[in-house]
Amino acid sequence: MSATTLLPRVDRRSFLKVTALAGGGFMLAGYLDPLDVLAQGRGGNRAPLDPNAFVSIDTNGIVTITAKNPEIGQGVKQMLPMLVAEELDVEWSQVRVVQADLDPAKYGQQSAGGSFATPSNWEPMRQIGAAARHMLIAAAAQAWGVPAAEITTDRGQLRHAGSNRTAGYGQFASAAAGMTPPDMNTLTLKDAASYRIIGQPVPGVDNLKIVTGQPLFGSDVKLPGMLYAVYQRSPVIGGKAVSANLDVIRKEPGVRHAFIIPDSHGGGSMSGVAIVADSWWYADNARKKLEVTWDHGIAAGDSSAAFSTRAADIAKGEPMNTSRNDGDTEAALASAAKVVEAAYEYPFLAHAPMEPPNATAVFANGKLEMWAGTQQPGGVVNTIAQALEITPADVTVHLPRMGGSFGRRLYNDYVVETAVIAKTVGAPVQLRWTREDEMRHEVFRPAGYHFLKGGVDASGNLVAWRNHFVSFSVAGAPPTQGRGGQPGGPRSAPSSTLSSNEFPARFVPNFALHASMMPLGVNTGAHRAPGACALSFVMQSFLDELAHAAGKDPVQFRLDLMARTPLAQQGNGLFDAERMTGVLKLVADKSGWGKRTLPDGAGMGVAFHYSHQGYFAEVAEVTVDANKRIRVNKVWVAGDIGRHIINPLNAESQVHSAVIDGMSQLMLEITVDGGKVVQGNYDSYPVLRMRQAPPAIETHWLLSDNNPTGLGEPALPPILPAITNALYAATGTRVRSLPLSKHGFSWR
Amino acid sequence: MPVTFTLNGKSTTVDVPAEMPLLWVLRDALNLSGTKYGCGVGQCGACTVHVRGRAVRSCQTPVSNVSGAEVVTIEGLSPDGTHPLQKAWQELDVPECGYCQAGQIMAAAALLQLRPTPTDADIDSAMNTNLCRCGTYLRIRQGIHHAVRTAAADQPPPATPAKDEVSK
Repeated sequence: MSATTLLPRVDRRSFLKVTALAGGGFMLAGYLDPLDVLAQGRGGNRAPLDPNAFVSIDTNGIVTITAKNPEIGQGVKQMLPMLVAEELDVEWSQVRVVQADLDPAKYGQQSAGGSFATPSNWEPMRQIGAAARHMLIAAAAQAWGVPAAEITTDRGQLRHAGSNRTAGYGQFASAAAGMTPPDMNTLTLKDAASYRIIGQPVPGVDNLKIVTGQPLFGSDVKLPGMLYAVYQRSPVIGGKAVSANLDVIRKEPGVRHAFIIPDSHGGGSMSGVAIVADSWWYADNARKKLEVTWDHGIAAGDSSAAFSTRAADIAKGEPMNTSRNDGDTEAALASAAKVVEAAYEYPFLAHAPMEPPNATAVFANGKLEMWAGTQQPGGVVNTIAQALEITPADVTVHLPRMGGSFGRRLYNDYVVETAVIAKTVGAPVQLRWTREDEMRHEVFRPAGYHFLKGGVDASGNLVAWRNHFVSFSVAGAPPTQGRGGQPGGPRSAPSSTLSSNEFPARFVPNFALHASMMPLGVNTGAHRAPGACALSFVMQSFLDELAHAAGKDPVQFRLDLMARTPLAQQGNGLFDAERMTGVLKLVADKSGWGKRTLPDGAGMGVAFHYSHQGYFAEVAEVTVDANKRIRVNKVWVAGDIGRHIINPLNAESQVHSAVIDGMSQLMLEITVDGGKVVQGNYDSYPVLRMRQAPPAIETHWLLSDNNPTGLGEPALPPILPAITNALYAATGTRVRSLPLSKHGFSWR
Repeated sequence: MPVTFTLNGKSTTVDVPAEMPLLWVLRDALNLSGTKYGCGVGQCGACTVHVRGRAVRSCQTPVSNVSGAEVVTIEGLSPDGTHPLQKAWQELDVPECGYCQAGQIMAAAALLQLRPTPTDADIDSAMNTNLCRCGTYLRIRQGIHHAVRTAAADQPPPATPAKDEVSK
């Protein structure tokens, strides 16, 4: 951006900065108080956010809006600027969007994750747009000698009706820079009825570059004199490189450098062997001759099959802890009319984004410049600075578009490794992982094991629910700090916990949640809709079992359950049964639940899940043939993410994406054997293909009077149990463990 | 070893090992980064280009195999992004992350050469080897149909052939 960084006026009250542009015009950056955007659901706690935005208007009225967050395919690169443009009151066609570099002092939090961009930016982005509009009006009022209150705006035009004067925003862009910024808290935002951009279909701002193949993604970055690197980590996850045939590798064609990185440099980075060459293909070819002696680490004992067996043994004994114990679950189970007992299990998963992890860096004069597709760039600067023994101020991070992520690039291991390699070779270098590197050095969605017992009374009401959840602790990690100076327990492996508020908690009078852990050496972490992507299958499948045991319709059973007065939540719980009831009724209605006659071999299943502040209920209709080949004929999705669907075009995409991704998860597993990952590429990790995708996914929105929330994740969890429940309806086979292929099922 | 081929309409010579895959020749030697790496084993289709008019996996194609051939990449599909598929992809907002879409469009363009008005089954069959982790499959199907319709609408109706041509 051709802007100077003059800061002629800083009004601390409003936290706004106004800056004159070199070529005339102005830009506006907001420094807002942390907003209480999540107060509605988080007990009034102020969220630790520091959001802001950045707008410039040139003298021709072209508006440039900086997209502050990293784009992974979730559509945030148009969504946040849409909010600014709406309140600025311009045509979307006047807007140019540019991607921000990492600069938290300027832009506040810059991350992609947790479906968080919408709820945390809904208010501040609109305020930024409104503030810019306010200052343009003030400039026009001064020039025209009329009260600001008499000036109106419309699509980038200022108008004073009394004197019949109009002007484009560009005409007052320079003068606006001299205006006093408004107090953000006194700004009046538009009435929703007058929205002209929010609620309209806005295609992706990078679409032209994408369809014409212009450089856009991290792996498209090319610097003068750039070298290419591969990085061989220990096949047993977490092992250390002791020695390697580096002399052989250095003689391979095109190879410039080969060296061992003996230890982690933090941020999840690992020991390994770097090979740096003139082209990536040379580096990867040389790697085929690489021989390394590894010191295998703590994960060498990890094995998927053994975990499964061990979990079952653990479940037979006393649990390590009990996080919820309502009523008298054992007595209620003993007196229940019907009792169902079931063991559920789901596997480790890899994210497998189409673009494998990569980053490009140049280290010169004690400074590092980095181009990295990362969901969490803010977290990597200090790690890099420490690893390279420079100051954080000497680390610059650019944020190219990412070829998918699904949570993988929340972890910056490859970014740190790139920085270390770049400093070592002293030349611009791009590290590219192969698909096998990605799949075998993932941050895995943890497997999990649930041992459930539920009871219904003679009237078919759910009266008791007990779960002994067996998951993982971090092998070798120091124990947690206990309360009141007491020693704590093992440290939970990331993303392997179960909230004591997880539905149907609070809605069953006798409810016990027990948990135990077994140590795990491989990395685990967030996977699109973390926690929920695994738990929904368990909770909504077992509820379905209980509905059938109760002799009730699965939709009605769930409605009856949610109609109860819930027990108090423990800590931060947000589930609003009224909103979920709304989407469940909507999806039942739209799918013709219970009203359609299905052909032989077909069945319908229903499920809902609350996650990331979104309420989703989904119905799947499947057909299963004699060879257990599944076709998903249609999926109906009903969602409540608040009072506006900001960009309906992208909202539908995100729902499609969630359904397809969830279907993939039904057939996928990562198996660990002796600390090594068995799968390595899409042939052994068969994500869903075109032919297997449902012909139709129907999306319906329930607009409730709540601030809009995010959509990258919450539509995913219910599709897994909706389909497995449909399989039960179609075949009578109850699937209690994933992937479906373990039970002989395949996609047609 | 120097290899000469026609790349997006221009004669191009590269001096690289004969077995170097076309993908890496395009990306690293010729700076055409529109063609993507996704798997390296011909499983995902992100590297799809046209060689002699057919959709091929450039990660599985040694550059020596294209000696003398006509190669078209996403950058050369149209001079300005106006191929009916490129227009349809933008209008329908097909891309999510967008990384696989160059390969998707090249596969779809090859399909339309063979079947100008494909059915859903034709599309599923031709496109089944192109993965999209974002799950844009429904919009890809719509996009191909949309491109067929708009291409037909943009074409003038076929002129009535002259009698002497008919009689030949």
